[in-house]
Amino acid sequence: MCSPASHTPNQPLDQLVKFDYFRRMTSAQPMIRSRGLARTFTTKTGPVVAVKGVDFDVADGEIVGLLGPNGAGKTTTLRMLTTLLTPTSGSASVAGADLITKSREVRRRIGYVAQIGATPAPGTILGEELVTQGRLQGMSKSDATARLAQLLPSLDLSGFERRALSEMSGGQRRRFDIALGLMHNPKLVFLDEPTTGLDPQSRANLWDHIRSLREDHGVTIMLTTHYLDEADVLADRLLVMDDGAIVADDTPDALKSRVSGDVVSVSVEGDLAVAEVVAKEALEPRTSIIEGDRLVLTVDRGDTAVPTLLRALDAAGLPLRSVQVNRPTLDDVFLTLTGRSLREAPND
Amino acid sequence: MLTETWVVFARQMKQQIRNPVWVFFGLTQPILYLILFGPLLKNIQGAGFDGKNSWNVFVPGLLLQLAIFGAGFAGFGIIQELREGVVDRQRVTPAHRSALIMGRTLTNVVTIAVQAVLLTLVALPFGTRPALAGSIVAIIVICVLSLGLAAASYTMGLILKDEDSFAPMVQGVSLPLLLLSGVLLPMAAAPTWLRHISEVNPLTYIIDAVRKLFVGDVSSTTVVKGAIIGVALTVFLGWWATRRFQRDSA
Repeated sequence: MCSPASHTPNQPLDQLVKFDYFRRMTSAQPMIRSRGLARTFTTKTGPVVAVKGVDFDVADGEIVGLLGPNGAGKTTTLRMLTTLLTPTSGSASVAGADLITKSREVRRRIGYVAQIGATPAPGTILGEELVTQGRLQGMSKSDATARLAQLLPSLDLSGFERRALSEMSGGQRRRFDIALGLMHNPKLVFLDEPTTGLDPQSRANLWDHIRSLREDHGVTIMLTTHYLDEADVLADRLLVMDDGAIVADDTPDALKSRVSGDVVSVSVEGDLAVAEVVAKEALEPRTSIIEGDRLVLTVDRGDTAVPTLLRALDAAGLPLRSVQVNRPTLDDVFLTLTGRSLREAPND
Repeated sequence: MLTETWVVFARQMKQQIRNPVWVFFGLTQPILYLILFGPLLKNIQGAGFDGKNSWNVFVPGLLLQLAIFGAGFAGFGIIQELREGVVDRQRVTPAHRSALIMGRTLTNVVTIAVQAVLLTLVALPFGTRPALAGSIVAIIVICVLSLGLAAASYTMGLILKDEDSFAPMVQGVSLPLLLLSGVLLPMAAAPTWLRHISEVNPLTYIIDAVRKLFVGDVSSTTVVKGAIIGVALTVFLGWWATRRFQRDSA
């Protein structure tokens, strides 16, 4: 398995530095600027407000995740930003063009990777489909063919030109979907639930590919997901959506530290009650509980607490037998923000 | 826009050619009519039939039936494409919406043209005697009509989004239109009330024109009227389809 991640040898370091510089310089004009973007659907049972009016910016070169349970309005937001759905109200600028008045220009500048679709018709051939997509994006046949030859190896799809899509695995088909969104070399790519339905290995592989889009090509990425690990691994910044509104907008780490500290759990050679007194003196933890044979402490920062605790316990003649530091998960974050667990969120 | 239409047409046509069984499947119904129903008309007199000419009245009806069902059910394909994500991935390109729909309808038009020629050839041994130039024009009229009907069918597919509501819908619209146009038996045989209803059906004028053309009567007003109605209907349906394609998929 090939994994073209950040450590790709042929990528010079100065390119990364330049890229960061470029990012700062252009931060004045965001890649996406959404103001009050809202969408109401009319159904037989009356109007349903899918997105209540969202405000956010995405900077050039960022990977932003739209996290939330099914029905939170993630896909509706993405479909509005990709011109597939007309907003009921609000405005947005996408890749430098106005979403409402210059929607064709927006289409020219963005790539879109939809949610995984049904099995393609047997007659659909990978290479033909990608060239068709490129040509609909306005490329000439020779440009589209050249781009195809360049794109396939970078997505581990070399030699798949003549392959029928119906004969490919889920992971391969998902990489084809990404290739569809990249044919015309867009600066901004939208991914809707990129790894839903894939096995863990294919997911990890796809994450590498998504990261390399930004790291090797400077592509700005906005993706939706209801997987916490995916949001954590891929996104620089998360927009947490619930019930059609954005309830939080921050980096995964900041979101987690905002909610609660780290959990440090230790076991020692000796009396746990004494150890608790020592620990309280050394760390001033937020909480401390003895659970069975372990002492469980909540602290602001687990990584700096452990050395201090270790020294204090050693000095008290209570050598540490084992220590565990758990960071709060995004599920804890979601629970605190919405009062509901993301994992238990009902399907729509 | 022409390039975009061509790109979509070429894509759809390739898929069609890889699965040519549908071209023949669409032909089985009119051929069954030809073999199992056509001979009954030989002994019917009046209402436009006079024995040996019955085939020249009946075969144009089958051609129209081919167009109505062939183009009418075109929307089945787009429901599947909707599920595969093909429609969305094309809609998110700057390609003209009319090109996305026209490329698809042209595939149906080509298929129907091929089927119409095959059907006419199969009908020859039964005693059909079409005028060469006239029947070519007749098939062109059928193709123009197919263009509009297929566009409307794709649009209905996009609106309904699933086969279970699409099939009864198409059946429910096409069968009355078909019967009320006098496809099987000319409306000349109809009682007055039925004839009046058939007069509001645009397909009635088209079938009348196609029947005239088929026997070489190219210059009559029936032909001009039918052709104008056919073109107008197609322009209207095409315009509606494009507008709808432009709107939300929700």
